[in-house]
Amino acid sequence: MTESQNLSKAELSAMFSSFIDPAHVIDDPETQRPYECDGLTIYTEMPLLVVLPDTVEQALEVLKICHRFGVPVVARGAGTGLSGGATPHAEGVLLSLARFDRILGIDPLARTATVQPGVRNREISEAVASHGLFYGPDPSSQIACTIGGNVAENAGGIHCLKYGLTVHNVLRLEVLTAEGEQLVVGSEGLDSAGFDLLALMNGSEGLLGIVTEITVKLLAQPEHSQVVMAAFDSVASAGAAVAHVISAGIVPAALEMMDSHAIRAAEQYAKAGYPTHAAALLLCELDGSESEVAEQIDRVNGLFRSLGAISTHVARTQHEKTLLWKGRKSAFPAMGIISPDYYCMDGTIPRGEIAHVLEEMAKIAARYGLRVANVFHAGDGNLHPLILFDAKVPGEIAKAEQLGGEILQLCVAVGGCITGEHGVGIEKLRQMPVQFSDSELEQLRQVKSAFDPSGILNPGKGVPSLKRCQEYRSIGIAARHATEDL
Amino acid sequence: MGDMSRRLVGQVKNAASTETGLNIVGRGTKEFMGRMPAGQAINVVEHSGVIEYLPVELVITARAGTSLEEIVATLDEHDQMLAFEPPTFSGRASIGGTLACNLSGPARPWSGGIRDSLLGLRMINGKGEHLKFGGKVMKNVAGYDASRLQAGAMGSLGVITEVSLKVVPKPAARATVVQQMDIVEGISAMNQAAGKHSTLSGACWLDEKVYLRFSGARSSIDQATSKSSGEILENDDEFWQALREMRLDFFNRPGVLWRFSVKSTAALFRGQADWLIDWAGALRWLHLPPDASDSGRASIEQAATSAGGQAMLFRGGDRSEEVFHTQKDVAKKIHRRLKSAFDPHGLFNRGRLYSWL
Repeated sequence: MTESQNLSKAELSAMFSSFIDPAHVIDDPETQRPYECDGLTIYTEMPLLVVLPDTVEQALEVLKICHRFGVPVVARGAGTGLSGGATPHAEGVLLSLARFDRILGIDPLARTATVQPGVRNREISEAVASHGLFYGPDPSSQIACTIGGNVAENAGGIHCLKYGLTVHNVLRLEVLTAEGEQLVVGSEGLDSAGFDLLALMNGSEGLLGIVTEITVKLLAQPEHSQVVMAAFDSVASAGAAVAHVISAGIVPAALEMMDSHAIRAAEQYAKAGYPTHAAALLLCELDGSESEVAEQIDRVNGLFRSLGAISTHVARTQHEKTLLWKGRKSAFPAMGIISPDYYCMDGTIPRGEIAHVLEEMAKIAARYGLRVANVFHAGDGNLHPLILFDAKVPGEIAKAEQLGGEILQLCVAVGGCITGEHGVGIEKLRQMPVQFSDSELEQLRQVKSAFDPSGILNPGKGVPSLKRCQEYRSIGIAARHATEDL
Repeated sequence: MGDMSRRLVGQVKNAASTETGLNIVGRGTKEFMGRMPAGQAINVVEHSGVIEYLPVELVITARAGTSLEEIVATLDEHDQMLAFEPPTFSGRASIGGTLACNLSGPARPWSGGIRDSLLGLRMINGKGEHLKFGGKVMKNVAGYDASRLQAGAMGSLGVITEVSLKVVPKPAARATVVQQMDIVEGISAMNQAAGKHSTLSGACWLDEKVYLRFSGARSSIDQATSKSSGEILENDDEFWQALREMRLDFFNRPGVLWRFSVKSTAALFRGQADWLIDWAGALRWLHLPPDASDSGRASIEQAATSAGGQAMLFRGGDRSEEVFHTQKDVAKKIHRRLKSAFDPHGLFNRGRLYSWL
């Protein structure tokens, strides 16, 4: 039961400090500052308290207290998320899981690893590499992002085209509920009886529970892999080439696309050897046995050439291959070279619509007088338009957000969705009513209530309230009329 | 045949107004699964047909009553297939029922189950609202994953009306190696192969033999089979089809069939019993003859839990008792709340999944 009495910050802090090292109960603004936002830095907020428990028992106790007094709880991993999912709540506790950073066990024969949520994504693959195994999902932030956050976002990455998203690679979760109880979902087997709560937890943005332990599947490393890079003189022909590769029955390990803004920025940043004169670039990785890879590379190379590639290049050495991917993976930070700020979108569309959507997007951007760079998971149809703007110019943030909203609406209009892997935090709440009807949103709110009846976990994120939806719908119509005059 | 969704919505609304329990019926091939069906039949079979198939996108969308035979034939035309190799019950099973029962075949450990291929669906909830979750694109994290939630729910959250699935190109080549081995060696050999070969796509132990299937490019398959000891199995597709469809003699003996989903390396329990091991050790079928002295569910569940997984009574036995693995109290509470979130009047498939749901 939630008690309605209000606790002061000092009282709550004292309560937590009785069982958590007081150095890990942070109440002063200066030390709290690094927690004010996640990877989407345009939204900032200071929490009431930041707590960093060391044990599951301590985290459970935090939840019990927060449940009892109706205090909001926002879970945080490495804070690399891109949708404001980990933005603190002004009256709430920011629960950092950074100290849960141990790999608890690796079972090479069963091909599983059990880890705490604060373990970094890439650490898992590094830890199991000597067994000839790897962990599939590899978001661009994999050096920093944690596996707990990956579960909250259902993170993907470059290689999820072949190896699946987080939801496809997690077997079992230990979860703390909003009511301060322990729940296990999934098992060490592949199927579990009852409702698929495991799928529900993946991508739930910390709104349904706090994950404290994760068992992931590991995959056998492919014997060999190779990358072919193809340059095109239009985004349309590159987009068409993507659809052709997929429909030819080829399953690349990765198939990524960059447009001219992204190519130039990434090349300046990483010196990857990209052709800076190209309008679009495709990076296609194939893996398997050595002979299979050689055969497939030939096929893809031929396909690209026949579809109008102005040049193609197969990486000759491991170093060159690593460099080609380094350019792609650093494309986001590289934007700093060509623009003071950028705002990353995450719509997913049918692959056949890539060329059309990129062309439409350029038109919309022109209407706003802003540039949009594109670097994305083309094989999945998962776009990452980067809206370039300058936060110091009054009104540009709002303009970038409005442009972003229009891009997402375009994605929905061609049969896609508003987010492929970044999730809905504070950001994209406005677009939820574009993708879902009122009764669908109400159904989603009821799913939330089944896990968190008093609504203390990450309130104000994920699914907009009914009142908000009505506001968004009327604002959305007004905004569309306004931009027609821009 | 065609779009019967308005009729189905009407039937649900009627049932809601009178609080009449509904028994969702598809093509009737899995009537034997779960606890005893109860309630007035609501038939989805006429709500059928492939709505959209875009081979270029590797996506198929079909109404829930569509037969797997029709779906497989549609995909065959473009050399594509369902990655999860479901049992089709001679082609008669419906796609909606296959999803509700969460049934997948021998490729499950490598290609995922039906829930992994699922991109989105439409369903009618207990208020008679026709809702859409997920979509037709490869990645979608807007809102909670209410579509995958239906996989294995045995229809207890609503009437699935439409399913969108990711499909895959058929592999260029496939080959199977078979080798004599006892069950303990077999479980170990299958796990070792799974960690070594990225082309492995099936691993089964039956009657003192291990079957390893490899799929991919011809050159990779030749390489994998030449590295594996054992003999190449001629006409291997017959074996995998019979396994997938549960047509092997093993599945059709009188008695009771238990299905264990456990950690693939779990030590063998009841070593003398009649087993079929699939999924490289992660799926274990136990056949108990009709006169088996110890078929108590408590000891079976205990064994499954110790093996890191769960057990269910798949066929035969007492269906008035629980059939699926027991849920712990916290999970039970959340199941009950989710049930009432989707189905506030408790209309759908009462007691089919659990007596308390």
